[in-house]
Amino acid sequence: MDTFVQQLINGLTIGSIYALIALGYTMVYGILRLINFAHGDIYMVGAYAGFMIALSLGFADNPSAMGFVVTLVGSMIIAAAIGMAIERFAYRPVRKYSKMTTLITAIGMSLLIEYLFVFFFSGTPRSFPQLLPNENITLFGNATISTSQILIFVVSIALMMVLQYIIFKTKIGKAMRAVSFNITSAKLMGINTDFVIAFTFALGSALAAAGGVLTAQYNPKIEPLMGIMTGLKAFVAAVLGGIGNIPGAVLGGLLIGAAETLVVGYGSSIGIPSTYRDAVAFAILILVLLIRPAGLLGSNVQEKV
Amino acid sequence: MSSLLKSIGIGAVVIAVLYLVNQMMSATGFFGVGIDDYQARLLVFIGINIILATSLNLINGFTGQFSIGHAGFMAVGAYSSAYFTVTYGRSLEATFAGLGETVASSIVLLIAILIGALVAAVAGLIVGIPSLRLKGDYLAIVTLGFAEIIRIVILNIDAVGGATGYQVPGYANFLWIGIFAVITVVVIHNIVKSDAGRALVSIREDELAAEAMGVNTTRYKVTSFVIGSSFAGVAGVLFAHYNKFLSTNDFQFIKSFEIIIMIVIGGMGSMTGAILGAIVVTLLPELLRQLPDLQVGATTFKFADLRLVIFALILILTMILRPQGILGTAEIGSFLKRFRRADKPTGGLAP
Repeated sequence: MDTFVQQLINGLTIGSIYALIALGYTMVYGILRLINFAHGDIYMVGAYAGFMIALSLGFADNPSAMGFVVTLVGSMIIAAAIGMAIERFAYRPVRKYSKMTTLITAIGMSLLIEYLFVFFFSGTPRSFPQLLPNENITLFGNATISTSQILIFVVSIALMMVLQYIIFKTKIGKAMRAVSFNITSAKLMGINTDFVIAFTFALGSALAAAGGVLTAQYNPKIEPLMGIMTGLKAFVAAVLGGIGNIPGAVLGGLLIGAAETLVVGYGSSIGIPSTYRDAVAFAILILVLLIRPAGLLGSNVQEKV
Repeated sequence: MSSLLKSIGIGAVVIAVLYLVNQMMSATGFFGVGIDDYQARLLVFIGINIILATSLNLINGFTGQFSIGHAGFMAVGAYSSAYFTVTYGRSLEATFAGLGETVASSIVLLIAILIGALVAAVAGLIVGIPSLRLKGDYLAIVTLGFAEIIRIVILNIDAVGGATGYQVPGYANFLWIGIFAVITVVVIHNIVKSDAGRALVSIREDELAAEAMGVNTTRYKVTSFVIGSSFAGVAGVLFAHYNKFLSTNDFQFIKSFEIIIMIVIGGMGSMTGAILGAIVVTLLPELLRQLPDLQVGATTFKFADLRLVIFALILILTMILRPQGILGTAEIGSFLKRFRRADKPTGGLAP
């Protein structure tokens, strides 16, 4: 029982990160019907941006809550700017072409970011500085939760609430919902769709960057290719929840995270070795697409962004 | 009858040229003319990449089904055939020893290719039947997912080396790789020019309209996927038996993306384009390697590392400026023809 609780805590920790990234996938897909392959790499960019901020401002030497907040917000702003730049210079020019063209552009963008980082930072993993003191808290029995895990839960829930507020209570959120509902009509109603799309990319990228910094606090090894697998799993999470659906992305993320750690923890007893960890998400993806392509929450919920 | 003779003649010339190049690669060279190991390796990889690019082109370029998991089928072919040659290669060679060493090893290689192609085709069928119900980007993601599952499954089979890699006997040489590259190009060219090829292109252009015209779209899509996969398997077999070592790292996403880059650069739906793309993608990294390293302070920047950055830029710029690829669906030959026609005097109509 203790180990089960432990696995679940670990799974939900990773799941929260997947959920943060999945939100970006689902928002962009909701608006442009584009799988933004480069989104996983924005998560990596966020981690590196945080790394650079923490090193250059000296937060690495004396851990403080202030240092963490500055690093988190700084990397979110940098990632948002990069996300908007990608949209402006790579995706906007191909928006008028076929779906395949935009997908290939997105694959190209993903490769470009990854290997630019390999070129400038080298492929060797870096160690992300500990910005807040990390302690293990014993819950009951042998199950423990670390402060960095609590941080992940608290920050990701807070960010999701902010996102919920932006989408449902602000003018730009209303515009986002309108564009995702029907881009042509939205344009006819006088909505500046280009701005709304850019804003969506900024929002999604900021969330992914937050995921990057939070992961780096939990598991301090960062490397330029870390976004590939995490990004793909987050995409699977978005599809599982119903792509284009915001609560679905969160649900999908948590489910994928939990499924993955449970396979690592208990898979060997039912004949699935723990090395199949990375295959779990893809198996789930294939099953979802074959059985219920709309995803878990896909068809029931009307509001899509 | 004369066209058959012509085909046989062309085939003989092609084999003779490949044989000559193959002889040049040997230690002694061909009458003193030699190709060094480095250049030989490049030629071999151009051959393997031509097989991969043209076979993926059948699926992506001609049928319009966007698969980004080609490396998975290459892995299936490579590992299944390698398991065969490692287990039975020696004893089979001994059985055919009476025919001479070269013939015996060629027979083993041909059986290995047959096995690799068949197993990859079966894998293509298993993946294709459910996946091809999906369209566009969903199909892309599912093929990517299947390729990754294939890789992880192979990684967990200890009989083929698992994570430590797999030693494979080196039966393949440039001659065989060249021959199979030519066979692949000819077979896929003939498929595309046949009635079935017209059906495939009609699916690419408009699936709904194709179905309305009586084309059994599901059957054709799966068939093209299976044929493409089996040729990827052949490429895998040749790669395994030339490289003499297999690691699942050779079959990651990046390999599938590399094959996509080949056909995108050349133009999806162009045979010569795919061949051109395969050559460019093989040679460009080697050209970059010639550039000197850049020293800035304590860090060294290696231009060889820029290979994928440049591919990515080419990919993005091609999509923005020329989304149909450099050649589009046209062939190099058709440009030449147009050029020649423009040169000729147009007869009495000219003023």
